[in-house]
Amino acid sequence: MKEALIQKEVLILDGLCAGFPARRGEVRVLDHVSLSVPKGKITGLVGESGCGKSMTARAVMNLIRHPGRVTGGRILLEGRDLLSMRKKERRMLQGREMAMIFQDPMSSLNPVMKVGKQVDEAVLVHEHVTHAEAKRRTLEMLEAAGVPDPERRYHSYPHQLSGGLRQRIMIAMAMVCRPKLLIADEPTTALDVTVEAQILDLMKEMSAKGTAVLLISHNLGAIARVCDDVSVMYAGKIVEQADICTLFDRPRHPYTRGLLSAVSSLRDGSEVLSVIPGHVPNLARLPAGCSFSPRCSCRGKECMEKTPEMREISPGHRIRCLWEEPGKKPGEKELETEGLAAE
Amino acid sequence: MKRILQALLVLLLVSLMLFGLLRIVPGNPVAVLMGEHANQATIDRLTAELGLDQPIHVQFFRYLSGAVRGDFGTSYSLGKPVSGLMGTAFVNTLLLSLAAALFAWITGGLCGLLAAIRKNSIPDRLFMGFSLLGISMPVFMAAMILQYVFAYWLHWVPISGTADWRSFILPAVALGWNSAGSIARLVRSALLDTLEEDYIDTARAKGLGKSGVLFRHALRNTMLPTVTMMALQLSALLSGAVITETVFSINGIGRLAVQAITARDIPLLQGTVLFSTAIVIFGNLVADFLYTVLDPRTRKEA
Repeated sequence: MKEALIQKEVLILDGLCAGFPARRGEVRVLDHVSLSVPKGKITGLVGESGCGKSMTARAVMNLIRHPGRVTGGRILLEGRDLLSMRKKERRMLQGREMAMIFQDPMSSLNPVMKVGKQVDEAVLVHEHVTHAEAKRRTLEMLEAAGVPDPERRYHSYPHQLSGGLRQRIMIAMAMVCRPKLLIADEPTTALDVTVEAQILDLMKEMSAKGTAVLLISHNLGAIARVCDDVSVMYAGKIVEQADICTLFDRPRHPYTRGLLSAVSSLRDGSEVLSVIPGHVPNLARLPAGCSFSPRCSCRGKECMEKTPEMREISPGHRIRCLWEEPGKKPGEKELETEGLAAE
Repeated sequence: MKRILQALLVLLLVSLMLFGLLRIVPGNPVAVLMGEHANQATIDRLTAELGLDQPIHVQFFRYLSGAVRGDFGTSYSLGKPVSGLMGTAFVNTLLLSLAAALFAWITGGLCGLLAAIRKNSIPDRLFMGFSLLGISMPVFMAAMILQYVFAYWLHWVPISGTADWRSFILPAVALGWNSAGSIARLVRSALLDTLEEDYIDTARAKGLGKSGVLFRHALRNTMLPTVTMMALQLSALLSGAVITETVFSINGIGRLAVQAITARDIPLLQGTVLFSTAIVIFGNLVADFLYTVLDPRTRKEA
């Protein structure tokens, strides 16, 4: 039973921590992030800017910039721990077994290199094939990624292509070695809405062919459209994890509920846009207790003292919140909203 | 093609300006040539002989038509054809500038590269210190320090002259040091900037190693600002050549130009300045061309 489970999960993050050294100690940007990305499914990672979504992706791809570094936990790719591997061994997995696409497809492509050559390169780094064979694979992949007239586009430079085409090139580059894991960091943020839908469909297609996809986005619409499971992240921690239906129908963490009501208030056409008050906390000075407590509309006294742990409330649905059930606050009975707001 | 025409136009404008300027500056070249005790009749005769009594536009066209054919007239002070004088000097200056440029480009480029790869290491600090020294020090000072240490003290190379290739080492280093410094600093900062770019992350995510990322993706983008800089340094080298040639007693274009200025030798001065201008324009033309080769964004769509 357990064997089968390990087989299915392509990527497992287990208590992943990362931080930047600061004057006193370290600023922790990822705090025990645990999630898994199963084969053939799209797993979403949502949260506000600066909550650690991209950092998570970069940690997996070994792209965290100096002086940031991974400080703890494990990253398992099909059971192999990336963090205990030798540098070269880990590098050889990148591009072959796991690949990544980025937010801005303009700046993510080398401006002085033909896009076809950039896709070729991914093949040539990992496989001992001739240039002609690499080119054939590239053209095939460009076609699969929905690039019209691949033969001509092969010789284009990034500046000659539209944003959507560039992202398709990026996807082709990531997928050309048929990786088991694709990490997409805000792949549609820089694109038009119509193009966004096409790119999301393309990712869905890739996952249907068996690739495990980790889709990072702050766009709940995009997440709802394609994801199977979702993790919600806040201030470097995962605060809620569930399958897509549960998360959208019965969100339990106050932060998730806030995010969702911000979207639904738009959809309902209500005059007032629902927002979560306050802003993302400074990671160097996190509040005591639950990180979200200063902005939480239903915090109790306990929330400011005790740090909540991740716990399962129903199969596959985990939250990091002290509340036993919605509407019933932990410990104290009365909300001290006024007193605390004045602080 | 358009660029080449532009370059020729610039060359024409420079020669026009130069021609005008030399007529505006006070001091009669003939009077300087004849010395203090010349009588008016002789001065007038010589003025007519040199064609200086002609209207200015006639003089200009005479000069221009000569220049196109490679004939810059006869030097007043040396009595020989300017083109012949420049011929010998040209070889020396070309050797000197080329050696200096090569030294500047190669050492500057390599030092900048190493400094960027090993940022904040001891070699980085050392290279950057030497470049700062080169940039801040006037050429003649660098020249004399090098002469003292390597020629007078260590006897490794001749102190001056153009006897063999070894005598070009010191002048080339003295002249190129400044440019090497500028180039090293530029390459270092450009490479460090490039390594921050998103497409470097893409390359690393593809599984490319350090050298793959550096040589296949970073270097070509670093070349873009560097090539422009290298071309601009050509003019710095030429102005430095005047001083270097003097310090090392090299018979070159620079020294010829200085002689021409002191002697009010108009044909010689016109020849030498036009020659230097042509080199700078040519350098920029080459840089423009290289830029289009290196950066597809500057190419015209077919």
